[in-house]
Amino acid sequence: MSLITLSFTLGFVVIAFFLSMWFKLGLQKDILIAAVRATIQLLIIGYILKVVFHLQDALFSLLLIALMIGVATQNASKRGKWLPHAWIRVLLAITVTEVVTQGLLLGLRVVAPTPQYVIPISGMIVGNAMVASGLLLNRLHSETSSHRQEIITILALGGTSKQAVYDYVKQAVRASMIPTIDNTKTMGLVQLPGMMTGLIIAGADPIQAVRYQILIVFSILASAVITSIVLGFISYPGLFNEFQQFVLSDSPIKK
Amino acid sequence: MSRDKAPTVKFLNVTKKSPENPQSATILQNISGEVPANHILTVIGPSGSGKSTLLSLCNLLISPDEGEVLIHSKEVREWTVTDLRRRVGLVFQTPTMFPGTVLDNLNLGVKLQGKTLENPEKWIEKVGLPPEILKQSANDLSGGQKQRVALARVLANQPDIWLLDEVTSALDPTAAREVEEWILQLQSKENSTVLWVTHNLDQARRVGHITWLLANGRLVEALPTEEFFENPQEDVTRRFLIGELGGIQA
Repeated sequence: MSLITLSFTLGFVVIAFFLSMWFKLGLQKDILIAAVRATIQLLIIGYILKVVFHLQDALFSLLLIALMIGVATQNASKRGKWLPHAWIRVLLAITVTEVVTQGLLLGLRVVAPTPQYVIPISGMIVGNAMVASGLLLNRLHSETSSHRQEIITILALGGTSKQAVYDYVKQAVRASMIPTIDNTKTMGLVQLPGMMTGLIIAGADPIQAVRYQILIVFSILASAVITSIVLGFISYPGLFNEFQQFVLSDSPIKK
Repeated sequence: MSRDKAPTVKFLNVTKKSPENPQSATILQNISGEVPANHILTVIGPSGSGKSTLLSLCNLLISPDEGEVLIHSKEVREWTVTDLRRRVGLVFQTPTMFPGTVLDNLNLGVKLQGKTLENPEKWIEKVGLPPEILKQSANDLSGGQKQRVALARVLANQPDIWLLDEVTSALDPTAAREVEEWILQLQSKENSTVLWVTHNLDQARRVGHITWLLANGRLVEALPTEEFFENPQEDVTRRFLIGELGGIQA
């Protein structure tokens, strides 16, 4: 695709901009910022990937994955302002997810240990773990806030903090996994996934593209499950203090 | 009635500040006092005077900012938290029922310890409810029945100190009187120590051996119940008893 052809796609941004203006949605500034940011970020990552693929050095690949995890952590932690040290918990959950999922793919030789495979797949795993983390933190906060009296009743009866919140952590874990599971169920029926579409447009055999997509779908499913469970069970202790008192404030905790 | 005079619950210069505004707002200020074993302490005072906070300090649902709370001569923060809360049972003003049957709810406290409640019929009968009710959905019960189930659930943990936070205030007068009588009968049988927060002055007088008046976070007066109502020493108490103190600074 030439740069001139690519520039025509700016027409879509213009359409979105004017529709927002026409219906007074007030999103014009956000649309412009999003379009500019996406273009710059993608161009930068394109050139970085070109260098990293050329160097074939594991250290650069690791640095790039660390950067992805850092940005994902920073973004998902915003949903956990009510939770003490939310960013450490999110960082741990996303890192565990990446290590386990990518470790299995490499260990079982499903993908080759080269930057061309490891980096894009990591991007999908980490991105999905970020979304699952945000959903989990949101839901955990709403579940525990709305069941404050039940939690205090169990504590008052001599239950541990884990016993007091177990059902609500489970609910939050389930809720954070539902979008991924629903997406997986309708994959290929409702939408053709981005990576597969990209491969087909780039001229790959559709069957080969489907095989890679299945690999990604299963990795993403596993990453949502691992992130949600790990983050759920390392987050709930932050709702209590050393005396097993429920300390979730109604207003977000600034840490 | 002969009663053991050793203190079961003791407050030593207890201060509790508001978690939202610890610099300025104080919920309880420099509270000192004790409750001997097998006695019923009734705690009265205007709304917002710190009565419920006083109860929550006894089973460490909240911690004092200053001072100490002793249960059986041991500071609450030195206890294993779960043991303390099983021995010091708290019944809330509004009973919380969990999804499931009355039996599920009754069994909850014991189940948290990994055990199963033996003879649940005995516990439900202790609070004046028929054993057939065990199979009913807990959320279908009336307010009075829920409060009795909540009381039985706490009693099934066999605590020796009961903290009752306005347990009859949400009930109609007949149900309130019934629950009150059941509590008194049980307390007498079990020789328990009770800290009973109530808004109802007649109830405080009927059930208490000792009565405390809290106002504006301070312990204004602590006397044997009869003396408290017949011959209060403090002007604030006299004003409270004739209905003048609601919301007034002590």
